[in-house]
Amino acid sequence: MRYSDVVIIGGGPAGMSAALSAREAGADKVTLIERDDSLGGILQQCIHNGFGLHRFGEELTGPEYAERYEKMVREADIEVMTGTIVTDLDSRRIVTCVSEDRGCIQIKAGAVVLAMGCRERPRGALNIPGTRPAGVITAGTAQKFVNVEGYMPGREVVILGSGDIGLIMARRMTLEGAHVKAVCEIMEDSGGLTRNIVQCLKDFGIPLKLRHTVTEIHGRDRVEGVTVAQVDENLKPVKGTEEFIPCDTLMLSVGLIPENELSKKAGVEISPTTKGPVIDANRQTKIPGIFACGNVVKVHELVDFVSEEGHTAGRSAACFAMGMNLAVQEKQAKKHVKEKKGVQNLPAETGATICTICPVGCTLKVTGEADGQLKVEGNSCRRGRAYAIKEFTSPERTLTSIMAAGDGTMVPVKTDKPIPKEKISECMKIINEKTLMLPISLGNIIIEKIGGTEANLICTRSFINK
Amino acid sequence: MYKTAIIGAGVIGAMTARRLAAYDAELIVLEKEADVAMGQSKANSGIVHAGFDPEPGSLKAKLNLKGNRMMEETCHQLGVNFRRNGSLVVAFSEEDKKTLKKLYDRGNINGVDGLRLISGEEAREIEKNLSESVKGALYAPSAGVVCPYDLTIEAMGNAMDNGAQLMTNFEVSSIKKKEGYYIIKATDGREIEAEYVVNCAGLYSDKIAAMAGDTSFHITPRAGEYMLLDKEAGYLTDATIFKVPDAMGKGVLATKTVDGNILLGPTSADRENREDDRVTHCGLDIVREKEKMFFDNVPFDKVITQFAGLRAHGDKGDFIINSPVPGFVNAAGIESPGLTSAPAAAIKIEEILIGTGFRAPMKKNYNPCREKVVRFRELSIHEKNALIRKNKDYGQMVCRCEEITKAEILQALRRNPKATDIDGVKRRTRSGMGRCQGGFCMPHVLEIIAEEQNKKPEEVTKKGGGSKILYGRVKGGAR
Ligand SMILES: Cc1cc2nc3c(=O)[nH]c(=O)nc-3n(C[C@H](O)[C@H](O)[C@H](O)COP(=O)(O)OP(=O)(O)OC[C@H]3O[C@@H](n4cnc5c(N)ncnc54)[C@H](O)[C@@H]3O)c2cc1C
Ligand SMILES: Cc1cc2nc3c(=O)[nH]c(=O)nc-3n(C[C@H](O)[C@H](O)[C@H](O)COP(=O)(O)OP(=O)(O)OC[C@H]3O[C@@H](n4cnc5c(N)ncnc54)[C@H](O)[C@@H]3O)c2cc1C
Ligand code: SF4
Repeated sequence: MRYSDVVIIGGGPAGMSAALSAREAGADKVTLIERDDSLGGILQQCIHNGFGLHRFGEELTGPEYAERYEKMVREADIEVMTGTIVTDLDSRRIVTCVSEDRGCIQIKAGAVVLAMGCRERPRGALNIPGTRPAGVITAGTAQKFVNVEGYMPGREVVILGSGDIGLIMARRMTLEGAHVKAVCEIMEDSGGLTRNIVQCLKDFGIPLKLRHTVTEIHGRDRVEGVTVAQVDENLKPVKGTEEFIPCDTLMLSVGLIPENELSKKAGVEISPTTKGPVIDANRQTKIPGIFACGNVVKVHELVDFVSEEGHTAGRSAACFAMGMNLAVQEKQAKKHVKEKKGVQNLPAETGATICTICPVGCTLKVTGEADGQLKVEGNSCRRGRAYAIKEFTSPERTLTSIMAAGDGTMVPVKTDKPIPKEKISECMKIINEKTLMLPISLGNIIIEKIGGTEANLICTRSFINK
Repeated sequence: MYKTAIIGAGVIGAMTARRLAAYDAELIVLEKEADVAMGQSKANSGIVHAGFDPEPGSLKAKLNLKGNRMMEETCHQLGVNFRRNGSLVVAFSEEDKKTLKKLYDRGNINGVDGLRLISGEEAREIEKNLSESVKGALYAPSAGVVCPYDLTIEAMGNAMDNGAQLMTNFEVSSIKKKEGYYIIKATDGREIEAEYVVNCAGLYSDKIAAMAGDTSFHITPRAGEYMLLDKEAGYLTDATIFKVPDAMGKGVLATKTVDGNILLGPTSADRENREDDRVTHCGLDIVREKEKMFFDNVPFDKVITQFAGLRAHGDKGDFIINSPVPGFVNAAGIESPGLTSAPAAAIKIEEILIGTGFRAPMKKNYNPCREKVVRFRELSIHEKNALIRKNKDYGQMVCRCEEITKAEILQALRRNPKATDIDGVKRRTRSGMGRCQGGFCMPHVLEIIAEEQNKKPEEVTKKGGGSKILYGRVKGGAR
């Protein structure tokens, strides 16, 4: 049997960060195991921006954030096993994994870090009545189809659940030419970030139906429509409020569940509330020598905190493996300000918007005064006023999308600075018409001053070996 | 010209094909759907009933008993998993206990082995999660569980290995009698000729019989709705738990499937349309309500999917296996315990066929056995390594929940009867049947199907017909 000081299961941001810190802390042999062919986890399909503000002090897309970490991992002396899935783990820290080249092997680990991330709740968990046609798809699977594989999973879409993945996918599908007819949310407010509600729904005029759910799926072969209805305080559909919406796709964004099959096999105690392992400040589970970090512990909104947690877990694991005292590492986790979530509704009036500058999320109203000056109401500070005026006079957005390479690979791209909102569809057209040549590296400029704006379109993921 | 044409590739059609494939005579199975086991044989309880339910002397009683006794051997030959987990009919009142006694007596007349009337305590010794309100039970150790589509697929595959043909997407729309043979026509215009026709068309068996001139019976679709729980809920019960039947019928049951999931249901309500296999709010509520009687705590939060099956309920009160016109055999109205009875029903059908003139020599090289499909997750590390060394595709895990490798997906696409779509692969390998319900593996499976069948990804379907998954490329050319 092979031996490794620290074995990390899962090569997403949590796992990569844990591997790095375990090496830093002095562990001799660190093994990072990832079942996908590349590192990065869920980040590889999250081509939108909004990652890394805390960690790197700039707004990155998912693939950019992943590539920065991947580079560090490749430069450190870490054994990386991609295309390798861990199929078993026991309390003695014996890790069983399967891959094409190595076959089925077992590794005895000095310490184990669980970093398997999470998976999406499927239709079955929701008990939605109706038929069972093709066209019911979870938002994350749709995201993978569109952003990574380059295939459209639908044309006329209704989204159930207003979690961030659903909101992000509403915008992605719209930008790529689909018609998103509604986003239904059973609760009285959205579970997504305010920023996403404004920039993914409001920007494109997609209706958000709060206190609504899908009560039936129609269609034999492919989805032909869904019935949506309002719900009462007990979340039960209200009779008489049913509405049939024709569509070919029902996209589900109804929550993520930490992926703890392996943790359970090892006998790790799972919290019934977070559905992840019960851990202490060192990120150690109830089984000594098994640590956990990232989405496998609980669903995190920001990747930056995932990396931070991974850092702690990796360091603790290294200490454990080297027989050092863990208590020295005990440190109060930093309190993080949460980004604003849960708008009750989108302001209907024109000239009204939600401030996305800080977590407070004030509803702002802009009116033109007789003297030509703009008047802003509802802001609690001056930054809000500046934001409102900018949104009212010349709103800008960073555009993220994908561009096809000659061999069919989908290359994620973004504008290197925000562009005027009204330029979005023109820029999308330019992106759709152009085909790239590989290889290409992160940061390469693809189109200078796209659509006559000040921004360059740049590549956000390297494809070197193609 | 075929010697025999079987209409319908459910478990009855497949088992019959397997028997008739032993004869040296051209055999074809016609199925309207894109795959086998798409009717009743897809969505049912999967119980191999002990046999105390049917009326003594009925065909149901005889075939149930014989089928139960044949099941172990049949599954062994076909490489299908089967488990005798036993069943308990539970009583909640003195009134119920009287019914138990009646079932016990009937079972003894039918010849069921090992039946025992036991107390509530004894029942809880067998299944510790049974509620305190269970006052007594009828224990039938000979009851078992089998995966119904697995049995159908392997039986059909075995028939095909022995030379039978399968024609899918062939919806029979007319049957014309000629001198000594029949012309069978499909809705798309295709035609075949056969000397003998066996009607195993399940929900449509009355329509098929009518095409041959027999209008003596009628089939009503009767829906049964289910909830399936994650394997993590497997502790709930091992044996099959039934309620004492009352005026409302047999009621719901709870069982552990042969794959280890907990199955709850079915309801029972007539439907107007024979294709209407919708799951309803009301049906699921009934399942939830009734299951609570058996156990104090049912982990409904572990539900991973729900589905409905349609029973082909005949108006004759018994299975209809006869030959109404020369050369034409009915195997109609085969509702529960039809799955259990299938191996025995096939023999009965063969007898009736011979009775109406069927004669052919036996094949010399007929083989009733099939090599078991490889299930990677059931192997030891040593065996796994040996496989990966031989074939790298065993080292590529496609479905993480059920641990299904690429080699197993390819096996499903290459072995008779070949899977052609996502659901076909799912039924053969279980990829996508786990707790994520295909969220992770479906794109991979789709890619493998496209590659293997030389199709564009957007041509791959979920279950044939217009059930496509993708609408073409987002942008750019093909991959
Ligand atoms: C749609 C979406 C949008 C988001 N948007 C933002 C945003 O704008 N800003 C932001 O900061 N954060 C965002 N996040 C959150 C952030 O991306 C995640 O919290 C973070 O990626 C979680 O990291 P992780 O390493 O825990 O999990 P993952 O990234 O899921 O990585 C887990 C890895 O483990 C591997 N794995 C699992 N099981 C095994 C096994 N048995 N064997 C081997 N490998 C295994 C998986 O393949 C995967 O690569 C978003 C998340 C999603 C889903
Ligand atoms: C809810 C439910 C629960 C059940 N539980 C049990 C149980 O626990 N134990 C048990 O023993 N039995 C059970 N049964 C009964 C069992 O499922 C059936 O008896 C058995 O599957 C019948 O098989 P079959 O081949 O006759 O019918 P089917 O499986 O329905 O096959 C008929 C086939 O004919 C095809 N067909 C129909 N019309 C045409 C046409 N015009 N042209 C070509 N093909 C056509 C259909 O597509 C179908 O594939 C249950 C049934 C249901 C519905
Ligand atoms: S107006 Fe000021 S306080 Fe209100 S959300 Fe904007 S930045 Fe925050």
